[in-house]
Amino acid sequence: MNKIIELKKVNKWFDKFQALKDVSLEVNQQEKIVICGPSGSGKSTLIRCINRLEEHQDGTIIVDGNEISENTKDIEKIRAEVGMVFQQFNLFPHLSILDNCTLAPIWVKKFPKKKAEEIAMKNLERVQIADQAKKFPGQLSGGQQQRCALARALCMEPKIMLFDEPTSALDPEMIKEVLDAMVDLAKAGMTMIVVTHEMGFAKEVADNMIFMDEGRIVEKAKTKDFFANPKSDRTKLFLSQIL
Amino acid sequence: MNINILKPKKENLTNYIVLGGFFIFIALLDLLTNVFFNWNFTGFLPAKFSYFTPLIFGTLGLYLIRIEFSGNKLLDKINVNFNSSNFNAILTLLVTFALIKFVPPLLNWFIFDANFLGNTKEDCTGSGACWVFVKVWLNRFVYGMYPDAEQWRINTAFFILFMAVGASFFASTKYKKYLIIFLLFIYPIIGFKLISGGDFGLKFVETGAWGGLSLTFIVSAFSLILCFPVGMLLALGRRSNLPAIRYTSIGFIELWRGVPLITVLFMSAVMFPMFLPDGTYVDKLIRVLIAITLFEAAYMAEVIRGGLQALPKGQYEAAKSLGMGYWRMHFLIILPQALKLVIPGIANTFLALVKDTPLIFVVGLLELAGMVNLAKTNPKWLGMAMEGYVFAGLVFWVICYSMSRYSQNLEKKLSTER
Repeated sequence: MNKIIELKKVNKWFDKFQALKDVSLEVNQQEKIVICGPSGSGKSTLIRCINRLEEHQDGTIIVDGNEISENTKDIEKIRAEVGMVFQQFNLFPHLSILDNCTLAPIWVKKFPKKKAEEIAMKNLERVQIADQAKKFPGQLSGGQQQRCALARALCMEPKIMLFDEPTSALDPEMIKEVLDAMVDLAKAGMTMIVVTHEMGFAKEVADNMIFMDEGRIVEKAKTKDFFANPKSDRTKLFLSQIL
Repeated sequence: MNINILKPKKENLTNYIVLGGFFIFIALLDLLTNVFFNWNFTGFLPAKFSYFTPLIFGTLGLYLIRIEFSGNKLLDKINVNFNSSNFNAILTLLVTFALIKFVPPLLNWFIFDANFLGNTKEDCTGSGACWVFVKVWLNRFVYGMYPDAEQWRINTAFFILFMAVGASFFASTKYKKYLIIFLLFIYPIIGFKLISGGDFGLKFVETGAWGGLSLTFIVSAFSLILCFPVGMLLALGRRSNLPAIRYTSIGFIELWRGVPLITVLFMSAVMFPMFLPDGTYVDKLIRVLIAITLFEAAYMAEVIRGGLQALPKGQYEAAKSLGMGYWRMHFLIILPQALKLVIPGIANTFLALVKDTPLIFVVGLLELAGMVNLAKTNPKWLGMAMEGYVFAGLVFWVICYSMSRYSQNLEKKLSTER
């Protein structure tokens, strides 16, 4: 298996608060990893460091063969290969759903408009909101918006997808439609790192589970083992509360 | 039972309406005879009391007709909108009285007692406004000292401008692009050459002769178009991560915001040439245009920065995560949203700019208000200040109000919320 993401002893501080402590992690191509843990444990910070929305101060992060640091030129090129879905969707409210999906392919990947629109429609079809293409984000439900955000990321044809609590801001009824789209994506063989509390989803798609607490990776295990016999007490406590 | 008589109610509706109407009639009669015939029929009462009689009778009358759910639609409407409580009744009366007292004299001055015919001051015999003054000087008010025979050039320049602007509203997006490029980059050169002349067999007209309303338009249009991009860059600069750019922007903005426009104009005219090497000469109008542009750009920068700050961080992150660099992120995602948010603020700055143009009189350039100022000191037309300034005020109001309406339309058009 090819390693596509590699983190070695990554440390990250927000002023005096240390958000990540010696985090090391390897992700293979097509691997699906679910990260869980209490709030403030550094899960989001970890995946945001992978496309450098946050800067780490110590350690190395290598994404698809490129080291990410302040010296990285063309950080945009790496970001273009790493799709991200946010908790708050972050769709562009001044653009229609279709334009949300075609904007970056046209301006960053330099696709001709027609090709970009074809790709966009294909991906909107995939998340089942092709009929909403002409509408604006404000006219869609939360679940539809999040699926559009997923489609928007997919239009860049990324090698890796990062999910930062994609269902936490949704009504319970809409969580399923988003998770279904993500399961579908996982089955298609995408490399995924997902921060979520949806343990049902984790059991279904994750190859490996990671449990984080206070900026450290407390436990990393195969999904089956993680749920069947967690090793650390902290993990046991967390699982007993969340399941 | 006696108390109930004082409380208007539905059973005696007609009685109360007649009684209330009578009181209101007396109140209005008192006021009208006072205003138009100078006769106070309540004068036999003590002076302090008779002064308030219209108000007292009016309030009493309105109180008597304040009957809820009377069944009479007109009465209900009046009661809900103008007469819902004693306080509102008094406000209604005061506003009505003020209108009766002040509107007729104004109309008299503007129209009924005004003079429109004739060519000299002596033709103005009425007690109202002397619009002959404006009529005679209209040419100067619009074109300044620009030679009469060459005025078609100004007309042509503005005609092209309005046609291009109008076309860019109705054209499809495909042609809009070219029209905007034409307006921003090619038209200013054409317009300037056409008006200043000197080439293509056109007689040269020095900028000192430009003036009047056309100069107002020229100064406003150039500064509006130029201050916008400069302000945008300053706003971005002030939020930049690079200290050199950030502090330069802050310094620039705070410097220009801290100085009155009139001093800036004065410096551009008097002090700026001292820094230039001998023999170089920059036209006075161009210096003024640059001064106003930079001055307004500083304000524009702060308005736009307000919009940038209002955008959630997620928009920046989403743009970055899609691989957009600084300029793409700002021009495709951030600025379109930020500018839409601050349209009212931008309109505000633009209106202030248009209304600041008369200040260019300090360097000897006379736009509309300046020309009025000049005309009223003409020995043949002394005492016409009121007419001149009212005219200038009206013209400015029309310009500013149409800009304001346009900005409101733009807001509606760009709104993507539901």
